[in-house]
Amino acid sequence: MEHYNMNLTLKVWRQKSANFKGHFETFKVAGISSEMSFLEMFDVLNEQLVAEGKEPIAFDHDCREGICGMCSMYINGRAHGPWEQTTTCQLHMREYKDGDTIVVEPWRANSFPVIRDLVVDRSSFDRIIGAGGYISVNTGNAQDANALPIDKQKADESFAAATCIGCGACVAACPNTSAMLFVSAKVSHLALLPQGDPERNTRAVNMINQMDAEGFGSCTNIGACEAECPKGISLENIARLNREYIGAVFSGSGESKS
Amino acid sequence: MPLSSKIPSGPLESKWKDYKSTCKLVNPANKRQLEIIVVGTGLAGASAAASLGEMGYKVKAFCFQDSPRRAHSIAAQGGINAAKNYQNDGDSTYRLFYDTIKGGDYRAREGNVYRLAEVSANIIDQCVAQGVPFAREYGGLLSNRSFGGTQVQRTFYAAGQTGQQLLIGAYQGLERQVSLGNVEMYSRHEMLEVVKIDGKARGIIARNLVTGELERHFGHAVLLCTGGYGNVFYLSTNAMGSNVTAAWKAHKQGAYFGNPCFTQIHPTCIPVSGDHQSKLTLMSESLRNDGRIWVPKKQGDNRKPTDIPEEERDYYLERRYPAFGNLVPRDVASRAAKERCDAGYGVGSSKMAVYLDFQSAIMRYGKVEAHKQGHSGADNATIYKLGKDVVKEKYGNLFDMYAKITGENPYEVPMRIYPAVHYTMGGLWVDYELMTNVPNLYCLGEANFSDHGANRLGASALMQGLADGYFVIPYTLGNNLADDIRTKAIPTDHPAFVAAEKEVNDRITRMMNIKGKESVESFHKRLGKIMWDKCGMGRNAKGLTEAIAEIKALRKEFWSNVRIPGEIKEFNPELDKAGRVADFLELGELMCIDALNRNESCGGHFREESQTEDGEALRDDENYMYVAAWEYKGDSQYELHKESLDYEVVHPSARSYK
Repeated sequence: MEHYNMNLTLKVWRQKSANFKGHFETFKVAGISSEMSFLEMFDVLNEQLVAEGKEPIAFDHDCREGICGMCSMYINGRAHGPWEQTTTCQLHMREYKDGDTIVVEPWRANSFPVIRDLVVDRSSFDRIIGAGGYISVNTGNAQDANALPIDKQKADESFAAATCIGCGACVAACPNTSAMLFVSAKVSHLALLPQGDPERNTRAVNMINQMDAEGFGSCTNIGACEAECPKGISLENIARLNREYIGAVFSGSGESKS
Repeated sequence: MPLSSKIPSGPLESKWKDYKSTCKLVNPANKRQLEIIVVGTGLAGASAAASLGEMGYKVKAFCFQDSPRRAHSIAAQGGINAAKNYQNDGDSTYRLFYDTIKGGDYRAREGNVYRLAEVSANIIDQCVAQGVPFAREYGGLLSNRSFGGTQVQRTFYAAGQTGQQLLIGAYQGLERQVSLGNVEMYSRHEMLEVVKIDGKARGIIARNLVTGELERHFGHAVLLCTGGYGNVFYLSTNAMGSNVTAAWKAHKQGAYFGNPCFTQIHPTCIPVSGDHQSKLTLMSESLRNDGRIWVPKKQGDNRKPTDIPEEERDYYLERRYPAFGNLVPRDVASRAAKERCDAGYGVGSSKMAVYLDFQSAIMRYGKVEAHKQGHSGADNATIYKLGKDVVKEKYGNLFDMYAKITGENPYEVPMRIYPAVHYTMGGLWVDYELMTNVPNLYCLGEANFSDHGANRLGASALMQGLADGYFVIPYTLGNNLADDIRTKAIPTDHPAFVAAEKEVNDRITRMMNIKGKESVESFHKRLGKIMWDKCGMGRNAKGLTEAIAEIKALRKEFWSNVRIPGEIKEFNPELDKAGRVADFLELGELMCIDALNRNESCGGHFREESQTEDGEALRDDENYMYVAAWEYKGDSQYELHKESLDYEVVHPSARSYK
């Protein structure tokens, strides 16, 4: 890969906390290597700000290998930036050229309040999982793992849904800030497996109820969530969730636990 | 205090069964009165918190991330070992035990390792019941693959995302308990002190990372499940936030630190590309099932790898270790890569890399697929395409990750890889019940020292994390707390809490008031360089002695010249990082002291003074068959306690993979 350096202009969202109004601030960074990751470019900027006695930009990040789901930047109008199926931490600077201007914002959704700068609160996702995104099996009760053969195709589809990293890009990308792709990924992961069958009705209903209670918007089949999902979670999962939900409501067995 | 490992008596295979049948229990009504603090929500912490919550204990769980689902177990790629023998290839509990003991170069306890092997099968059952979507064969049964240091296929996996799937399973169980009110979850919280009352751990001081406020939390017992300390090297495969702080605070409160120098350098990581590098990315060991490692036979060969003919390639692992070939354990593979690069055979622009090549695997799989589909006379291009699809299904996410980071297509050109810090076998010393020498303070998972000796085998970290959390602590905690049922919850205005909070507050204030010139990041980088150069893959007395002096000097400089922007009582990631780096600056010194003391080579600890004529590690069982448990005695003062390792069943021998 040909390596080069570049100078960039960054327009970054600054916000002291949820209680303060935010604004864009412009920064210049020089000598950015095309081999850096996008977050390493932010490291350079933050080191520069610390040296100048200014406050560095707060952003969420942890594993930096595209799996923890913590990083969450909205880059030039796209969740996680321009690369297909890529988290912010895996976006690399060879995407950009000398002189480019890059606009960086936090996830924007009422259900993800800003904590500071680019950091948002996604605890609503944990509460949705707690409402039903599990199989109720206590430790120590399991039968032999191979006593229950599972059709490979079903298992593979379940795995594909289970690769969701809970980053919230689907919500950030959606004009309605709907969390349907996230919820549907979990419902699909579990509904496609025989172990998940006994609770399928209550799960779909309780998770949807929690999603609504958290203030996420409705799905109008726009598909931006699928386009921006770093793990390529398919819209088919939303169709499956709708079937699960309707099935539960019509069967009358999908009583909400509350 | 004499160290007692509390290994139950009796034959190896019945120790744990007997323990479980005779340990004390806590009745359900009493469990509801007992409060447990769990710090860290990776595989060990999440599985422990969920299981203890189910059992009826009142649990508080803490993590520094924004959600328990993001703990770094999530990034584990390759798989989890279990002695199921589903492949009918001669596996058994004993064999998994033996491989693990041998892989650890005879520096782990027999009793602990046997228990680990024994519960491994239950882990797979438990995870499948939770809905973990492991890879399956067409018949619907679970699939297995091989990992280093073994000759059987006992590794269960979910593509290259096994850690993610296992952690999500445990996390879902945890969230279920949170919604039932059995577990209270504290995300974006960092533990900064252990509170001891009458010599027992009875709580913690935690900092709310959003508001910066300090909080006091009581617990009848405290469980540290806080992972490893590989980030002391700055560059490692750990997450950016992974740290030693919780374990280090416990150490300074009296918990012994076991074998701190035992570090695992993983052989297959994407090489460093420049000074800007913030972390290193692993390419799973599972790739060595199918990838072949080589360098050119000629020094300084600058041809493209695809232009170098077969006969001019040195498949050095296959050459040196014919019995295990590319699947030798990690320490052996890492040293072999370093040896070739140091000798001038390295590849890539830095010459500090070797090739991991999939061409022959792609063609081999392609031929099988062509046969399956009835194209026995298929041409090479068709075979290649079919084979590529198979490789993609097995390792697709890893290949994609490699392509994004390097800009190269690993299906076409071999991957370039080099060893990187990955895991720490050392950690807080614990007994058979996972309790440290501080009563009521437990340590689980990577954070403890217990099961992997001087080198961990691949796919065993996930096994240990979940074994500790699901299957060990639920028994051993009860055995101890059965004597504590009369202890009422201690109010957090107790003087011990007040004093501990003041201690933490003073430390933070002192750090913030330095207002120096150099960033936290810069100190961390400098520490990492000392550690990598002098306490990395090769260690010697001279280098370690220098490192100790350099770290002391660096620590002094940190405490007089670090610059931390912002305020204490606000969301301030620089301050969080400063606290972690301050602890690394102390731990690094202890690692070097331990490495200097252990004048033998074993597992990942390679003392250059102690090697065979052909460069293999040379153990010294006569003098070093012990766990080095270090007691903190004040600034730079550590006292060594030795727990001797008694092998009753296995006879330690020179570890050979030839």
